[in-house]
Amino acid sequence: MRRRPNHLAGVGSVVWLFLVGLPLYVMLVATVQPQSEYTRNGPLSFPHSFTFDNYTGAFDSGFGQYFLNTVIVTACVVGLVLLLVPPLAYAIVRSRSRVTSQVFRLFLLGLAIPAQAVIVPMFYLISKAGLYDNLLGVILPTAAFCLPMSALILSGAMRDISPELFEAMAMDGATPRRMFFQLVVPLSGGGLSTIVVFSALQAWNGFLFPLVLTQSDSTKLVTLGLYNFQTEHGINIPGLLAAVVLSMVPVLLVYLFARRALVQGLMGVGGK
Amino acid sequence: MTTETTSAPPAAGSRTPARRRSEGSYTAHVGRPGFAWAVPATLFFLIFAIAPLVMVAVLSFMSWNGLGSPRFVGMDNWSRVLDDPVMIKSIWLTLLVTVLGVAIQTPLSILLGVWAAGQQRNRAVLSVIYFIPLLLSSTAVSVLWRALLDPNFGIPAQATWLFGDGNLFGKQASAIGVLAFVSTWQFTPFHTLIYQGAARAIPQVLYQAAEIDGAGRYRQFFHITLPQLRNSVVTSMILMIVGGLTTFETVLILTQGGPGTDTTISAYYMYQKAFKSFDFGAGAAIALVLVVAATIISLIVVRVSGYDKMRSSMEGL
Repeated sequence: MRRRPNHLAGVGSVVWLFLVGLPLYVMLVATVQPQSEYTRNGPLSFPHSFTFDNYTGAFDSGFGQYFLNTVIVTACVVGLVLLLVPPLAYAIVRSRSRVTSQVFRLFLLGLAIPAQAVIVPMFYLISKAGLYDNLLGVILPTAAFCLPMSALILSGAMRDISPELFEAMAMDGATPRRMFFQLVVPLSGGGLSTIVVFSALQAWNGFLFPLVLTQSDSTKLVTLGLYNFQTEHGINIPGLLAAVVLSMVPVLLVYLFARRALVQGLMGVGGK
Repeated sequence: MTTETTSAPPAAGSRTPARRRSEGSYTAHVGRPGFAWAVPATLFFLIFAIAPLVMVAVLSFMSWNGLGSPRFVGMDNWSRVLDDPVMIKSIWLTLLVTVLGVAIQTPLSILLGVWAAGQQRNRAVLSVIYFIPLLLSSTAVSVLWRALLDPNFGIPAQATWLFGDGNLFGKQASAIGVLAFVSTWQFTPFHTLIYQGAARAIPQVLYQAAEIDGAGRYRQFFHITLPQLRNSVVTSMILMIVGGLTTFETVLILTQGGPGTDTTISAYYMYQKAFKSFDFGAGAAIALVLVVAATIISLIVVRVSGYDKMRSSMEGL
């Protein structure tokens, strides 16, 4: 309808492209040049030599282990969310019990709890439970903080299932359990993939829980590895940035192959 | 939501009497899952989210150094925290960072979102790059900018004509500027997505009618686009406020609260008190202040905007 070009927004979009593109370009270029060259020439110069040493160096300084830990934590968080949220969302959408609507309110309230607010008692709980410096101690709170948004997303998806289908199954004498496995789960594929991506992102990018609940190298996650690398070898900027790039790779892959689910999962992140 | 069919799915818990009648006595309770289906998730959430939230209030009246058992000390933590000049300063800094974030990111993301919702040919290509900051963790973003803005080996050292002595982390104003800039860089794409979705959902017929009436682009923007985006503005602002009040990683990695305590905002101060000085009671008190502040401000935004009388918070997503 509006055929005249919008110059103001057009200029703004180009400025934004520059602001986003330049740092990413500098980052990529920095990671493929030797540290000495980067230190000498600065971030804005064009690279003269090409090397993959920064990437192999990242693995040498322990990032292989950190990646493995992060994959374990992410898989377990996603597994817990997939185990807990579908029955919860099913009850929220279909149960007639008054308690269930109170439960839904509780989870809506939970949307507003920032992780920062509970980190002190969480440390207390996890250390009393003997889970300090244990990956399980990171998995449990991370999964818990994925629940409210996942419940909201999935119950929204389940509401779109037509009531006639439930009624038809009820006429055939189906139990709630059969409806859940034969109707609800198969028809909420979109919602399920969104909560998988959402909780995987939360786990992959999480920082605060691992920061205060783990300590040793054997339980370190990638985000914490980046932070430690920066405090310990802050001068090795190409090595540091190579680690940053590596930490992005899995998310970028999801972005390429499941853009829709990723964007929906991201929108669930809530500005974190 | 489909409303044209005879039996639109009503929201749970808001079933009309008519609806209940139409289902008859046979199917009304047959095949309905009981509360038991919600129990595992609820228990899990109570233990790992609600219980800690209650405990933060309790711990704020306790003294605990991380070892042994907490000891009840009454108002001691509170009087220390509320008398602490660094704490008072951190509250103002937190508010400043939050207000800066909202003031910069809101207009920027509305503009970009409305633009990205349009039909420009280059839009699809550009928006792929636009949203890359979203894919990075807060940690990665902060580490990246810390490296790029490094006083000795970063961009400021190379572009002294723009940055002066190049040490952006050495002065309060520029350090706060860095924090505001980095969170803008990180979060604007997210809010842009909110506005893009909402702007796409605005009925084109409104613009057609305005065009016939001879309204120009700017009048269309201010009289159609902005009012139609009202829900999204509230959603996005609440997220920005809560995000701003709990800013932590950026401060920890970029400025460590410095120079001095000039960027020590409350969430970072809480972390320092609890996990660096092992004064967990004071940390809990600061955390409680943050929760209460975030809740009150969000409620005020909801009330002032009349948002609580509207239902669709996720329109267009």
